[in-house]
Amino acid sequence: MPRGHRVHPYIPNSVPDVKARMLAEIGVDDIDDLYDDIPETLRFKGKLNIPDGITSEMELLCHLENVLSKNQTCGENVSFLGGGCYLHYVPAICEEITGRAEFLTAYAGEPYEDHGRFQALFEYQSLMGELLETEVVNVPTYDWGQAASTSIRMAGRITGRKTILIADTISPDRLKVIRTYCEPVMEIVQVKHASGTAGLDMDELRSHLNDSVAGLYLENPSYFGTVEENGRTIADALNDNGSIFIVGVDPISLGALKPPSQYGADISCGDIQSLGNHMYFGGALGGFIATRDEEKYVMEYPSRLFGITKTEREGEWGFGDVAYERTSFAVREQGKEFVGTAAALYGISAAVYLSLLGPEGMRELSQNIIQKSQYAMQRLSELQGVTIKFDAFHFKEFVVDFSARGRSVEEINRALFSDGIFGGKDLGDDFEKLNGCALYAVTEMTTRHDIDRLVETLSAVLS
Amino acid sequence: MEIRKGSRLRNFHQAKWDEEVIFELNTPGERGIHIPEVEKEISDVVGDGLSKIPVAMRRAAPPGLPEVGQMRVLKHFLRLSQQNLGADLNIDIGQGTCTIKYNPKINEKIAASQKARAIHPHQDVSTVQGALRVMHEMDLYLREISGMDRFSLQPSSGSHAILTMASIMHKYHESRGQAETRDELITTMFSHPSDAAAAAVKGYKIITIYPDEQGFPDLEALKAAVSERTAGLFITNPEDIGIFNPKIAEFTRVVHEAGGICGYDQANANGILGITRAREADFDLCFFNLHKTFAAPHGCGGPGGGALGATQELADYLPVPLVGLDGDRYFLDYDVPHTIGKVRSFWGPFPVILKSYAWILSMGAEGLKEAAHVAVLNNNYLLKKIREIDGATSPYTGGKHRIEQVRYSWEKLYEETGVDTHDVTLRLADFGFHLWQSHHPFVVPQPFTIEPTESYSKEELDEYLDGLRHVVREARTEPETVKRAPHNSVVHRIDDSTLDDPGKWAVTWRAFLKKHGEAAAKIRD
Repeated sequence: MPRGHRVHPYIPNSVPDVKARMLAEIGVDDIDDLYDDIPETLRFKGKLNIPDGITSEMELLCHLENVLSKNQTCGENVSFLGGGCYLHYVPAICEEITGRAEFLTAYAGEPYEDHGRFQALFEYQSLMGELLETEVVNVPTYDWGQAASTSIRMAGRITGRKTILIADTISPDRLKVIRTYCEPVMEIVQVKHASGTAGLDMDELRSHLNDSVAGLYLENPSYFGTVEENGRTIADALNDNGSIFIVGVDPISLGALKPPSQYGADISCGDIQSLGNHMYFGGALGGFIATRDEEKYVMEYPSRLFGITKTEREGEWGFGDVAYERTSFAVREQGKEFVGTAAALYGISAAVYLSLLGPEGMRELSQNIIQKSQYAMQRLSELQGVTIKFDAFHFKEFVVDFSARGRSVEEINRALFSDGIFGGKDLGDDFEKLNGCALYAVTEMTTRHDIDRLVETLSAVLS
Repeated sequence: MEIRKGSRLRNFHQAKWDEEVIFELNTPGERGIHIPEVEKEISDVVGDGLSKIPVAMRRAAPPGLPEVGQMRVLKHFLRLSQQNLGADLNIDIGQGTCTIKYNPKINEKIAASQKARAIHPHQDVSTVQGALRVMHEMDLYLREISGMDRFSLQPSSGSHAILTMASIMHKYHESRGQAETRDELITTMFSHPSDAAAAAVKGYKIITIYPDEQGFPDLEALKAAVSERTAGLFITNPEDIGIFNPKIAEFTRVVHEAGGICGYDQANANGILGITRAREADFDLCFFNLHKTFAAPHGCGGPGGGALGATQELADYLPVPLVGLDGDRYFLDYDVPHTIGKVRSFWGPFPVILKSYAWILSMGAEGLKEAAHVAVLNNNYLLKKIREIDGATSPYTGGKHRIEQVRYSWEKLYEETGVDTHDVTLRLADFGFHLWQSHHPFVVPQPFTIEPTESYSKEELDEYLDGLRHVVREARTEPETVKRAPHNSVVHRIDDSTLDDPGKWAVTWRAFLKKHGEAAAKIRD
């Protein structure tokens, strides 16, 4: 047979003889007859302008390796990029487990033949529950933006109010996601930060509180890496107003930082990319939502919530959906928002990650990141005319202000890149007041040598 | 119950480890992995770091995570994986509407490359030209397959794409001063629940069209439903029951004449690749689930992808950034005049996009059409054979054939034996098969939905058919065997009485301990 007419490895029943037998069983002459119900006017008559199939696996691999070779990675360079996607170490066992065909290619089996999926995700919820000190955590959503959006909508439904206050130290990217999801049903009002510390301006908060305010959404650590100390005061103010306190948090900080539930947050949310998932160009995100185990909260989750139970046989754990009737799977538009495929496999990876690290590993990791980021901040601030923007305790990220040196961040980053360094993200586009500033991230993957080299290179670049 | 020679069925038994919950494996002091210690030069400069945390923000006690050695963690999750079926191991044709096809391993290998996973979204575009090329060409290929003019790859699932369509529809009507008045979204009962639910998130009132006796969405009902309040129509075709609606162009015409937008839910387009497109049926928007038709794995429920296409007019509303090509340089394109903004952080579910891109390249134009052809062939073969099973029916008379899936009914079997569709599902698990029923509500009584795709051989389809026949035979001869199933799966019938009871449900281990006590947490001595 000529090339191109070979049976495709992915389509066994393309074998002509098999096709013929199946058509005979059906009682038609040709596969085209099976499309009789599609009117001629709706038929696509042309040929798709898509290249001929690269049906040899070897050639496909070569081609794609060539395409991807145009990327330069954070492994080949030293990266200080963060802002919602982070270069953390991914333990080998995370990849081993998420690569398992039984998990990778499963979808929606029953809690019998897919017992493992239910248990792994129940354990994900439970491990996150320990980190966050909450009794309820959902099966992952798409990303932090989705988790924050749903947290906000939950607050709207629970309070019956329409205004959501958002601390303006939020990731600007995430704020756009929230706007798309929440408007026009919710009205978004931004609350300013105190200029010195990037903490929430309490007077500003109080001036916004009234009986239309469903809640406040605050990120802690903030987009600038600053840690808000006044969580409890904020919670009290919101509580007095009958409003809900929602905190977005990077879970990798919680080995050392107090979880939001312990300073009065009613809903915690965030992203699990940092817990055992690679960066993938920002494409491997997964959101979590966590609350206390109160019916009025639980019934407002749109997500799957896997619960633990027993079976008719002693010695067996069983699992299933908790309060399924609240979901759109059960009652379509009468359900809470909607549910569907999101990011379950990343949740399983996070479960493996938290199981491996345990309490000590999480504490050591948070500490490692804190020490390294403090070292980086200190070394950078020793450069003349370079300052760290906010006077606060930072976790992982910080804003470096180059404006006094009269060199644009773009210019600086170009020079750094020529020395194999990805400098911090330029904040000038998103924050008017942060022209000449860049957001730097330091993780456990960053070595002292990397930081020293950054400082030396900057010193040369700026002189 | 034992399967004897002469049957294709297997004396299957799924791995059953009775594996503990991870917290039961806790032994204080064990470690799963070490974190590198910071260099001495760093701690010399900054100290322990922790004492600088403001007192109000210091964690009081380490998180109550279990302490488990590395090999035991590995073994635990490996055992859980074995207690999960997965499409690679079973003949996964029983999850209709979800297109469980082969997810090529080579695509996993490609996606596992450092060149794919170790790139950051804020790198300079000059350093991510490979990734941007993948996204740009994916857009071009999907334009071909749909006839649409531009694609956003940002939505992360079908439901997410529906939300994005609703957002675009809202902004479109807003730009014409009609956002307030056009507040009704029309969909059909055999379209996915999210077509209704995700649109309702944007504040739309939902009107649901039911099928007529033949199984077609009722055109007269649509005509009665449209008005100056109509924002748009979100509809699948073929719908969940697998019947192609030949009047689809009339549906879009009726809605357009009323001033509405038409969004085509092509979550599952597997039977019509290269055959018929959104363009020919005059849709304004359409989306494809990359984890269905385009062969990215389902990952136990994500990550997925919901690539969203728009006509020229509505392309101006797509989320930003899109990916453009200027000469030989790919770039992130923010020049989208009426953009709705963003629906996801960064640019989209890149690993999923990459795997689907690899799949399209491996198929080519001819291969895509062949996949559709064989998927439809397989489906109609099964339809013929399942109709011959006494107890199974395929309700609705519309259409001469079905496209890529069929929603069947066990109503007759249930009436005759008392064995219901859930029982059949659980008994099939004993043979290594999965069978799904239907979205809710169950419009088809005692439903089950099968979609064979192009991936499974005739031999495998016949094996699955033998499973259905076997269970039906048992339902008539030894119904208790079916009603007490599964017998050879991971666990036995689950006590779900606690799952709807706020006093008893437990979504985390800590909630379970709180509500049921330490004693209940020990299920084996």
